[in-house]
Amino acid sequence: MAERTVAVGSRSGLHARPAKLFVQEAQRLGVAVKISVGAGKQVPAASMLGVLSLGARQGTEVTLWAADGPEGEAALDALAALLGRDLDASDD
Amino acid sequence: MTDVAGAVDRGLRGLGVSPGRAAGPVVRMAAPPVLPPPGTAHSERTVGEGLAAVADELEARAARAGGAAGEILEAQAMMAADPMLREAAEDLVKEGLDPAHALDAAFATHREALVAAGGYFAERAADLDDLRNRAVAAVLGLPMPGVPDPGHPFVLVAEDLSPADTAGLSGDVLALVTEKGGPTSHTAILARGRGLPAVVACEGALGLAEGALVAVDGGSGEVVAGLEPGEVARIQAEAAAERTRLSGSRGPGRTADGHPVKLLLNIGSAADLEVEDLGAGAEGVGLFRTELLYLGRRSTPGFDEQVAAYAAVFRACPDVVVRTLDAGTDKPLPFLDLPDEPNPALGIRGLRVDRLRPEVLDTQLAALAEAARATGTEPSVMAPMVATAAEAAAFAERARAAGIARVGVMIEVPAAALLAAEILAEVDFLSIGTNDLGQYTFAADRQHPGLADLLDPAQPALLRLVELCASAGRTAGKPVGVCGEAAGDPRLAPILAGLGVTSLSMSAVALPAVREALAGHTLEACQELAREALSGRRYQRSAVVTCGPGRGGP
Repeated sequence: MAERTVAVGSRSGLHARPAKLFVQEAQRLGVAVKISVGAGKQVPAASMLGVLSLGARQGTEVTLWAADGPEGEAALDALAALLGRDLDASDD
Repeated sequence: MTDVAGAVDRGLRGLGVSPGRAAGPVVRMAAPPVLPPPGTAHSERTVGEGLAAVADELEARAARAGGAAGEILEAQAMMAADPMLREAAEDLVKEGLDPAHALDAAFATHREALVAAGGYFAERAADLDDLRNRAVAAVLGLPMPGVPDPGHPFVLVAEDLSPADTAGLSGDVLALVTEKGGPTSHTAILARGRGLPAVVACEGALGLAEGALVAVDGGSGEVVAGLEPGEVARIQAEAAAERTRLSGSRGPGRTADGHPVKLLLNIGSAADLEVEDLGAGAEGVGLFRTELLYLGRRSTPGFDEQVAAYAAVFRACPDVVVRTLDAGTDKPLPFLDLPDEPNPALGIRGLRVDRLRPEVLDTQLAALAEAARATGTEPSVMAPMVATAAEAAAFAERARAAGIARVGVMIEVPAAALLAAEILAEVDFLSIGTNDLGQYTFAADRQHPGLADLLDPAQPALLRLVELCASAGRTAGKPVGVCGEAAGDPRLAPILAGLGVTSLSMSAVALPAVREALAGHTLEACQELAREALSGRRYQRSAVVTCGPGRGGP
């Protein structure tokens, strides 16, 4: 299992706009990725309700999980980069 | 319905709370669906189809709305389309539940998870409740609850509207008609803010058929059904002509014979101060509500932040009346950390918060004085919820010590109105908040749906308290304004002017109609209207305010 751990960069946490952009990207990538806070419950990154239920604030360390292989690694890189940015700040 | 005999049946009457006329087809806001007993539910759709219908509708609305509102709707559509939610509900169907109960249970699980996440995640639980209602209605084949958005102009008919409903209101709404609600309900305030005609406390409104063509008069409170399309077109054309006439209205507030009554604006921040509002003849700001700065805060906004926010308003408009923080157990702010109370409207609110948290007012007064100094302006500053002359004197002393030149108080408590002369000996001006003054005079909760008639600002007992304040102001040579919802009502403006009120403060959208109403009466005519209103003779219409069949004909 490949994994990446990253601190949430968005001011409002994984909530509202940042959550929406993250879930949309996970759906677009079409690779099964799970996300958890620490050793907590893993939820599908493509599930809006699952992602919101993590309650991840700015600075919370979240871990992304995917099957080993180049596709999984690429998806993890893309999603980890997105999480690390402040998505509240982008284009407005 | 074309026969004359039927005309009696086609009218309803409620309380007109936002003047103006409009006509169009009725679209009703459906009540949340009621779950039938398990096993008896007749399903029109599967779980997957129901959720897809909800998501599709929200996506269509998101596309129409665009911008920030569109993004919120899009996020809600994603929740409805959530794979975890659908799978959980489908699993429950496999275990033998009907789709409606399966959805109900699946939503409940996710709701719990959000509540457990706490903070602003927990606030999304209300979104989930709305989605649950929509999905359950979809599988049961019931009309979709929530604010409708049919994609064409319509008259919205509902039992009542919540703040959440009104936030999502489509731009296609022509007028609002609610079965419940009063003059200070969310529906009324929203309607006046948007300039939409509205009738509340209209018994029988929910009996209006979907798509029926109705005319709404937000001034008289009449709702007439059974219109022909030609009548609808005529009323809409007349309403448009009236809007054009009002949009040309300019200049300071005057009666027909030139007696000045200042027309001022109610604002929450500098963002509410459009240059064009001031250009259109607002003569200043009569109520700058400072709560906005404090909302959603875990700690008091700092001195510098406050100075910047106040200075932005003072720079945009030199003539401003600032109200100090009006919060308390009825409008809780987390950082105040006030104890819960059984009866918050009668508890620690407004200036009374100062009894527990004096540092909040000290910082605010210092920041207001600094913003005034930095901008070279002389704002007036007033305290909310003052009850005694001693409270007024103590506030005035602190404000003046901080460097505020003009100090006033709001009159919202009958005790303060009764002692207006004594209070005016301590301060420079009064501003009457008619919403709270009505609530406390009539012992009637502002939001109570069944007490709308008692909360009508034309009630003679309320007007007599206004008169007490105005005549104390005349004697003292000090201004007495009105800044409650009554100030923006063109039917009341001449009466208030006749009572001796020196300024009216309202939302920008209400200003042109109030200006025209004042210009249509001489001061003497205003005084005659005021005498009639005080006597209660003029008020007889409110005896029938709880509705029933009204006259036919638009």
